[in-house]
Amino acid sequence: MVDNISFSEQVHEDFKSSALAELPKEMRLELYKTMVLIRRFEEKSSQSFMQAKIKGFCHLSIGQEAIAVGVCAAIGPEDVVITAYRDHGIALARGISPKACMAELYGKSTGTSKGMGGSMHFFDKNKKFFGGHAIVAAQCPIAAGVAFAQRYLKENTVTVCLLGDGAVNQGVFHETLNLVSLWKLPVVYIIENNQYAMGTEIHRSTAGLPLVKKSVAYDMAGMVIDGMNVEEVRKKVLEAANLARNENCPVLIEARTYRFRGHSMSDPDTYRTKEEIAEAKKRDPIALYSQLLLDQGVLTRDLIAQIDKEIKKVIQEAVQYAESSPEPDLELARKICFAEEDSIEPPQRPLYGLIVD
Amino acid sequence: MATLTYRQALNEALSEELERDNTVFLIGEEVGEYGGAFKVSQGLLKKFGPERIIDTPISEAAFTGLAVGAAMYGLRPIVEFMNWSFALVAFDQIINNAGSIRFMSGGQFNFPIVFRGPSGGGTQIGATHSHALENWLANVPTFTVINPAFPADAKGLLKSAIRSNNPVCFFEGERLYGIQGDVPEEKDFLVPIGKAQIVTEGKDVTVLSSGFSTHVVLQALETLSKENISVEMIDLRTIKPYDFDLVASSLQKTNRLVIVEEGKPFAGWGAQIAYDVQHLLFDELDAPIYRVSNLDIPNPYNGKLEQEILPNPLRVIQAVHNVLR
Repeated sequence: MVDNISFSEQVHEDFKSSALAELPKEMRLELYKTMVLIRRFEEKSSQSFMQAKIKGFCHLSIGQEAIAVGVCAAIGPEDVVITAYRDHGIALARGISPKACMAELYGKSTGTSKGMGGSMHFFDKNKKFFGGHAIVAAQCPIAAGVAFAQRYLKENTVTVCLLGDGAVNQGVFHETLNLVSLWKLPVVYIIENNQYAMGTEIHRSTAGLPLVKKSVAYDMAGMVIDGMNVEEVRKKVLEAANLARNENCPVLIEARTYRFRGHSMSDPDTYRTKEEIAEAKKRDPIALYSQLLLDQGVLTRDLIAQIDKEIKKVIQEAVQYAESSPEPDLELARKICFAEEDSIEPPQRPLYGLIVD
Repeated sequence: MATLTYRQALNEALSEELERDNTVFLIGEEVGEYGGAFKVSQGLLKKFGPERIIDTPISEAAFTGLAVGAAMYGLRPIVEFMNWSFALVAFDQIINNAGSIRFMSGGQFNFPIVFRGPSGGGTQIGATHSHALENWLANVPTFTVINPAFPADAKGLLKSAIRSNNPVCFFEGERLYGIQGDVPEEKDFLVPIGKAQIVTEGKDVTVLSSGFSTHVVLQALETLSKENISVEMIDLRTIKPYDFDLVASSLQKTNRLVIVEEGKPFAGWGAQIAYDVQHLLFDELDAPIYRVSNLDIPNPYNGKLEQEILPNPLRVIQAVHNVLR
């Protein structure tokens, strides 16, 4: 435990100092590359879904990449990230391999969740990625609990919880804000406000806008940030995380963004106009950032082409890996239901439902 | 051995396990300053401090979800519901999160969490406060469901539940808190999960029950023994996974089974046991299995009527007579 604490403090010192200075070129390229990786991964997922290789639900985060990447660049490896069902981007930004992510979409035993979770339920305990939660707002109190445990164990770590704008009308979101503020837990909630709760435009779903005002009722720090600007996301989330980490001050952030695709792959997108989507795409976070980096000489056309090529290869390899991976079987499903009981006599657990001859 | 009430036995279990492992904490409404709505946690705040005995707002979904998150991060929460009926407000956190995340993550996260509190009817507090949710929770594949009848089992099973690395739903009897019994005093006294016990040996009929229903059967036994009916009484203690082997060995002797369970009849846990028994022990049975459960009516406030709706000694006696006919 002691080793962990000193390690994470060092990490946070590094992060703090890098916030003050201009971002190093390598980091800016990394932010750009990760956004492109997410975009291409999502485009490929969409294709595989259309080919019926990916089943169930598939929610794409195209248009929202800057939040995933900015958030994960703002926290250390010992901090915890947790999100809703639109989770591919956050998982990739957190450093989970595209192979494991794609294999999960394909339902394979090599996936992030061994093929048991699917698109909405990616998890990686080692990377401190606590899911992938598909009941709207259900991850909010879990994040509070992780933050509670971080403080209970006297760590200097924080938890960052992402949620959609549709989640703010769930009771448990409000109950959770009350608790984290009351108990001053080290947690940052980030509402990815893409303006639509599935097909319901935010003015049809939510009173008391802007969303950031929800922080006022619970006496929390609130911030509004441009979710299309990856460096701004990183900088503001870093500030928020430091407040939570060092000042016992939980924070609520409203990150303004837009989803360029439908709610899920099965969404015909009839509730908004083509013009509205086209207008939003003028602020495509990847286009905005690549232009900025081109203008500042960090990126060149050649480098863009090279990065595209590299990422194309990564995605191809991920698909090949997913396609060639084995399916999970009943034995595995049964095995993972229960943790090993090492401090009590392990109960015998018959498989109810099985027909016995 | 010490003579303790069921309430004191639970209190000792909590205290000993909090003492033993500092990742264990208790969270719920009125568990600290108030000492627990039913005084199960009395004295624990003073002993372990507000970091580990945590009073919450009336906010079941949030504090239950918080406990789930804390378990994912390696702590061992004990969540007290002032009444199991209030857990209905937190069912998403209990079933979807505590119940599914281990599986949905491919087995990456452990959930060493105990949900506990009083359950069942019989105290005239109306339908919303009188649920026996054992069968609802037993329907979750990853849950262990415990419902002890006696102080010693309450203590030994709660300690096992806290030490378990898997989620346990622990049902106490609101009407049991005051009953007394002998409880072993050694610190490592555990009752194994999944093991039933024979309360009385008999040869004519096996009567199976758990929790408060076990005491209903004991009352019925006073009449039945006067009629010279020899009842083998099994107290299940753990509802899921239940001790099929003990039930089977008893039935090889009696060949007749009555199941007494508090809860509504449709899809109750007794139905599963009856199914398993007829499926696996068909040749052992000399008569159809009888179930005594609640009648399929919400619990009323009126006391006399509520007793009529709950499993009661009269209906147990009737079922035993029927199975012996």
